[in-house]
Amino acid sequence: MTSVAESLGKTSVQPGPIARLFDWKPFLIVICLLPAVGLLTVFLTYPLGLGVWLSFTDTKIGRDGFFVGLENFASLARDPIFWLSVFNTIVYTALATVLKFGLGLWLALLLNEYMPFKALIRAIVLVPWIVPTVLSAMAFWWIYDPQFSIISYFFKDVVPIREQNFDFLGEPWPARLSLIAANVWRGIPFVAISLLAGLQTISPSLYEAAMLDGATGWQRFRYVTVPMLMPVLAVVLTFSVIFTFTDFQLVYAITRGGPNNATHLMATLAFQRGIPGGQLGEGAAIAVAMIPFLVAATLISYFGLARRKWQQGESND
Amino acid sequence: MTKFTRRDSIALGLGAAAVLSPLGRFAKAAVPVADVPAPKFEIEDGASLRVLRPAKFVPADEEYFNKNTKKFTDTTGIDVRVDYQAWEDLRPQTAVTANTGAGPDVVLGWTDDPHLYSDKLVDITDIADYLGKKYGGWYPLSELYGKKFGTDTWVAIPFGGTGGPAVYRKSWVNEAGFDEFPKDLDGFLKLCQGLKKIGHPAGFALGHAVGDGNSFVHWLVWSHGGFMIDENQKVTINSNETIEALEYAKALYETFVPGTQSWLDSNNNKAMLAGEIGLTQNGVSLYNAFKKSEDPNIAKLAEDVYHAPMPIGPVGRPTATALVVNAMIFSHTEYPNAAKAYLTFMMEAEQYDTWLTASSGYWSQPLKAYSESAVWSSDPKILVYRDTMKDALWLSYKGPISEASAAVVADYVMLDMVASAATGSATPQEAAAEAERRAKRYFKS
Repeated sequence: MTSVAESLGKTSVQPGPIARLFDWKPFLIVICLLPAVGLLTVFLTYPLGLGVWLSFTDTKIGRDGFFVGLENFASLARDPIFWLSVFNTIVYTALATVLKFGLGLWLALLLNEYMPFKALIRAIVLVPWIVPTVLSAMAFWWIYDPQFSIISYFFKDVVPIREQNFDFLGEPWPARLSLIAANVWRGIPFVAISLLAGLQTISPSLYEAAMLDGATGWQRFRYVTVPMLMPVLAVVLTFSVIFTFTDFQLVYAITRGGPNNATHLMATLAFQRGIPGGQLGEGAAIAVAMIPFLVAATLISYFGLARRKWQQGESND
Repeated sequence: MTKFTRRDSIALGLGAAAVLSPLGRFAKAAVPVADVPAPKFEIEDGASLRVLRPAKFVPADEEYFNKNTKKFTDTTGIDVRVDYQAWEDLRPQTAVTANTGAGPDVVLGWTDDPHLYSDKLVDITDIADYLGKKYGGWYPLSELYGKKFGTDTWVAIPFGGTGGPAVYRKSWVNEAGFDEFPKDLDGFLKLCQGLKKIGHPAGFALGHAVGDGNSFVHWLVWSHGGFMIDENQKVTINSNETIEALEYAKALYETFVPGTQSWLDSNNNKAMLAGEIGLTQNGVSLYNAFKKSEDPNIAKLAEDVYHAPMPIGPVGRPTATALVVNAMIFSHTEYPNAAKAYLTFMMEAEQYDTWLTASSGYWSQPLKAYSESAVWSSDPKILVYRDTMKDALWLSYKGPISEASAAVVADYVMLDMVASAATGSATPQEAAAEAERRAKRYFKS
């Protein structure tokens, strides 16, 4: 026996040191993770870390800054325009998200029904989402133009029920609501298509069982669709809140934060002060101030909606 | 050579771009030149240059800039690469160049930049002195931008400025009861009221319009004697003069076409072209848009479009702004002498005048002698742009240009003040106090 084993050991090739190194699990783990860690560090951690660092300095464009601690934040806390931008951002995110989800869910339910040219219609629904934001922003800029708005034209010249053009962007609240409408238009397809994907994972047998039990349409929606959709809803809501909260392009292209800063979001104010204004430290501080809001919104939407027990139709503890 | 008569130059001006190059050759004669020995530069061995400048406003701007650059390469053997950058992106790029000490050797940057980076620029007093002596001297605004504040050291060569005078439809101004464009504020208000009455109101941008909005509100406040900061960087905006300016703005705003509080830079152009307004403030581009319109009905209206300097207020001097481009040599360059030779070459009449002429009023000269350039007699209507740099003020008037003053302008402090008072969302007193508070955030004493 031993002789056989010895002879076998002699004839088989010993693995070289490199091969043995690659067989060593800890090394393999490090090697396989390295590209991902490298990418994350270069593209995610470094810019984020730099942004946070800048917010604690008085860096200007063209000049390195010194560490000033919380001075930028203290100065922002005394700035009503910063607080106005916080207020605008919250209103913008809250209203736009509610509308996007209401309409998006409705659209998803409609698309989930049987209809002719289903695939084509679903593709068309995605168009607002596919169009580059700047292009749709330009389109809305024309739609809201004080002189050449097509809506004003319609109500003034086609159905003459108004004498004056609409002033979409000149007053604070109309301007905010106009921008929210544009954001909702852009955001609905994302919500609708994601929820549609969620709807299609729900097994038809559940609906059949519910029907056999005599459930009404509303009951089927409330006790089958909603709980089954909740995990998808939580993820989509989280993403949507993040996209809306950090929106920049629509506002920057349509109003630049005007009139009189009534539509400045935190992202646009951070850019205005950081880049054209040259106050990189202050701009970074405004951007960093978004993080707590984002984390809170994410936690609420994620934990609030993704609780297992609730999903499974049990009551919360 | 004989001087050009106006008729000759009009005839040439009407010709296509192909005619412009001989025009440049002749135009040299029109620009009076003093006999000053050219500075000699010891060009470094193997020198080559990278130049960064804003993207063209008109195709001819880039075409002639490149032609002149190529001429420089042909004459001196120095290779020059010119990069064009969209105008919003130019400032961040200049900042990166200044910050990292790498990149282009020469930057044609916006207004404030030579002052923000003055420590990182090559002293070019020698070429500025030479050019000033040769071409009739620099305009005051050129000196302000070119020299380090409060010194006689030149760190930039102002290359040209674009102005924004009043642009109006003559027939409507006449209809409103004015034979000539008013020169004072009372007349201006009456004109705007008259224009409103005949249904062709005025319109000036009050939204966050970087160019048009800022030039309108700064003109307005300065004309009454208000200003953001004084010579010692003390915030002085909350003054009686400012309040008067804001009261005037309120009265003026009532005559505007509805919606100006959300106007960005292009709204007034669109409204004017569509015949919605009879008066606004703009660069020569608007007039050219009329002239070159493919719609014959609009092109025909170019005849009715006229320019005039914005009226003069109680301060008794013009208070317009100008967007100035300044050429800077960064001290990180390996070839400062080649760069100096390049800038001098580009400013000499043989080159500069062809470029100025081809730009047909978009750019206005920083050196007095070029006011005789043929471009200013090519079309009497663009004559008002000739004095852009002669009379204009800088945005942080009366104080020095600094990081703080740049931040105040970028934050639209003056614009928001005038807009909120004009539209009545704040009283003039509240608006001025708010502007003072916002400016003081940057001018911490």
